[in-house]
Amino acid sequence: MNLKKINIENKKIKDLIPQALTVLALLSVIIYFATNAQINMGNRGISFGFGFLNQEASFDITFSMIEYDGSYSYGRAFLVGLLNTILVSVIGIFFATIIGVVVGVSRLSDNYLIAKVAEWYVEIFRNIPLILQIFFWYFAALRALPLPENGISFNDISFLTIKGWYVPKFIWTNFNIFLLSVIAALIAIYFINSYATKQREQFGKQLPTITISLATLILIPLITFLFLGVTLTFEYPVLKKLSSTVYTYEGGVSIIPELIALALALSMYTATFIAENVRAGILGVGKGQKEAAASIGLNKNQILKLVVMPQALRIIIPPTTNQYLNLTKNSSLAAAIAYPDIVLVFAGTALMQTGRAIEIISITMLTYLSLSISISMFMNWYNKKMAIKEK
Amino acid sequence: MNLIAKPTKENIKTYVPFGLSLVSISFLDVFINAFFNFNLMAFLPSQLGYFLPLILGFIGFYLIRIEFSGVRYLDILNKNINSNNFNALLTLFTIFIIIKSIPPMLDWFILEANFIGNSKEDCTGDGACWVFIKVWFNRFMYGLYPDAEQWRINTAFLILFSIVGASFFVSEKFKKYFILFLVFVFPFLGIKLISGGSFGLEYVESAAWGGLSLTFIISAFAILFCFPIGVILALGRRSSLPAIKYISIGFIELWRGVPLITVLFMSAVMFPMFLPDGTFIDKLIRVLIAITLFEAAYMAEVVRGGLQALPKGQYEAAKSLGMGYWKMNALIILPQALKLVIPGIANTLLALVKDTPLIFVVGLMELAGMIGLAKTNPKWLGMAMEGYVFAGLVFWIICYAMSRYSQNLEKKLSTER
Repeated sequence: MNLKKINIENKKIKDLIPQALTVLALLSVIIYFATNAQINMGNRGISFGFGFLNQEASFDITFSMIEYDGSYSYGRAFLVGLLNTILVSVIGIFFATIIGVVVGVSRLSDNYLIAKVAEWYVEIFRNIPLILQIFFWYFAALRALPLPENGISFNDISFLTIKGWYVPKFIWTNFNIFLLSVIAALIAIYFINSYATKQREQFGKQLPTITISLATLILIPLITFLFLGVTLTFEYPVLKKLSSTVYTYEGGVSIIPELIALALALSMYTATFIAENVRAGILGVGKGQKEAAASIGLNKNQILKLVVMPQALRIIIPPTTNQYLNLTKNSSLAAAIAYPDIVLVFAGTALMQTGRAIEIISITMLTYLSLSISISMFMNWYNKKMAIKEK
Repeated sequence: MNLIAKPTKENIKTYVPFGLSLVSISFLDVFINAFFNFNLMAFLPSQLGYFLPLILGFIGFYLIRIEFSGVRYLDILNKNINSNNFNALLTLFTIFIIIKSIPPMLDWFILEANFIGNSKEDCTGDGACWVFIKVWFNRFMYGLYPDAEQWRINTAFLILFSIVGASFFVSEKFKKYFILFLVFVFPFLGIKLISGGSFGLEYVESAAWGGLSLTFIISAFAILFCFPIGVILALGRRSSLPAIKYISIGFIELWRGVPLITVLFMSAVMFPMFLPDGTFIDKLIRVLIAITLFEAAYMAEVVRGGLQALPKGQYEAAKSLGMGYWKMNALIILPQALKLVIPGIANTLLALVKDTPLIFVVGLMELAGMIGLAKTNPKWLGMAMEGYVFAGLVFWIICYAMSRYSQNLEKKLSTER
């Protein structure tokens, strides 16, 4: 008894020593760095604090989704950068998913040529550094576009030029009502779906949920157009002569080439990884599952929709989440081609102007950390929802 | 009605030759159109002439789609590219696009390209100006490293490659020493040779290093250091000691949550603030530390995957033999766990190599950075395409070779029972 007790205490002490040493080492490093930082900042006459966020930024940003000019504060500039990062990430994720799924499914096609082309797409775009792809699109490919006066015209409503892509601008009246109706439609679809699931599980009835959902999504917003005074008109870009040789487009929305290059490179690069995930997911569903489904008389589409995809998604989603996270983090490469994302605006220009390295770099890093954590939390939730429900 | 009877084995004699000739005509038309810019179907109305190859090819493919024809090559063809109407269309589109895109590519890369000369004015053709790459080749490889001293980089890499090459031919017994030398001695010898400052070698500061050799140097050192740190972090995360476990988790998740570019910014502008005034750490070393720690966090997660995949019995068996923690991990657990995650390790190392161009944000110029520098040279404006195609090709070859090697290694080391 006594011996055992001593042994246990011995083990406790044995466990305690390495832990205490690690914590001590970590603390001393932190304290060392902190004191140094304090001395250095004291020498330069700056004090740690976030008050500078309220000061006037006095620099311009080339592309902003919210109102901004030099007279706004650094905090506002941060927000502009953050929104731009989110914008390019969302666009990138959207297209990367589409390309990735198409390429991933193509790799499994029984058409030899298609499978080969998809394979080479993956091999080529995965093995070239993303930054080189961004440079290629921005400095080489998009620079080869024509000047505004002979821009590539899409039916005269949209123009692709070296200075960017000019698209029509949406002009809404009563946009809020429209937005509310879309939200209402989405909520309605949620209830329809859960009702359909209940019907299927209790009575074995198959309701055409997709058709009903689509109809709801179209009909409810349509009503706002007809009865609630929502209107939508377009403002088309029009070529305008500035001087004898300089032309530009007026009206419409200009999508800057930096955004195009970044979105192209990000989505094409990340798509290769998503394609591999999709392929692995579909291959991961056992052959027996398909055969069993076929033997109970499901047709090819039903097998795909009811048996293969639900199981494949479980394999596909976790690594794809990681790719979405990577894409969001990789969007920071925007700084290399001067797309005004959070790194360029905040960790670049604002840092140069204020010299507050510690505060600004920590804010930037914390922002990315919280973006990463929120995406992974959402995906964990989704993953749990999709997981096998044991009965 | 007989005319459009379903192709079967009975009418194979008439359908197959006819179908094959239709398909050939459609390919020939596209081919001649693409390569000789001559339109065979010019006599037809323009819209029809445009779609005719597609229509002919489609009909042709329909006619030769005979199930169980008994002709071996026909069956293989049908099975692989012509199993139904949709597949036939996909095949046609793919082949048309490939045929159409060959001539412009060929023109740009070779036929219209310029190889001879040594200034931009020598590039008179419409294609690529490879003269640019030729003139700047030394810079792309060695950065701003002085020309007279470049033999030192060459020697270092020559020794490296000859040792690696030789280690494939010597017996297992000596191989061990080769690897120990490569890992523990050579990196420091090599870096001494390149930086100089002793043995009568002229000192070359790290700011002058650059080009592809810098890519290799940074990748090699980061790989060397990130691997052991990653393993230790992975073990730490699996540790039963709470303090070590949570410190490891915090460290790993912190690095994994932020983009490398902000880490590099941190090493460049924030890190000097944390050091006593006046201390100066070389930029290259700071960047190396940043990249190493960053990739070590990813490596840790990969290794952890391997550790988790091992059955509990392995741990228990090792313990029952009386092995301590370190002995158990070094002799039983890690060899098996690492082998399981070779693809993951290879992917992390590949990501590391692909991340090296990012060091341009702190002003170090490896291959991509040097191209950025060269293309803004007033004498060589407008060479971005050539430069980035070249850099892309170089990186592609490196990364593709690495991924192929890892696939082979995985096969070689697999001990499937």
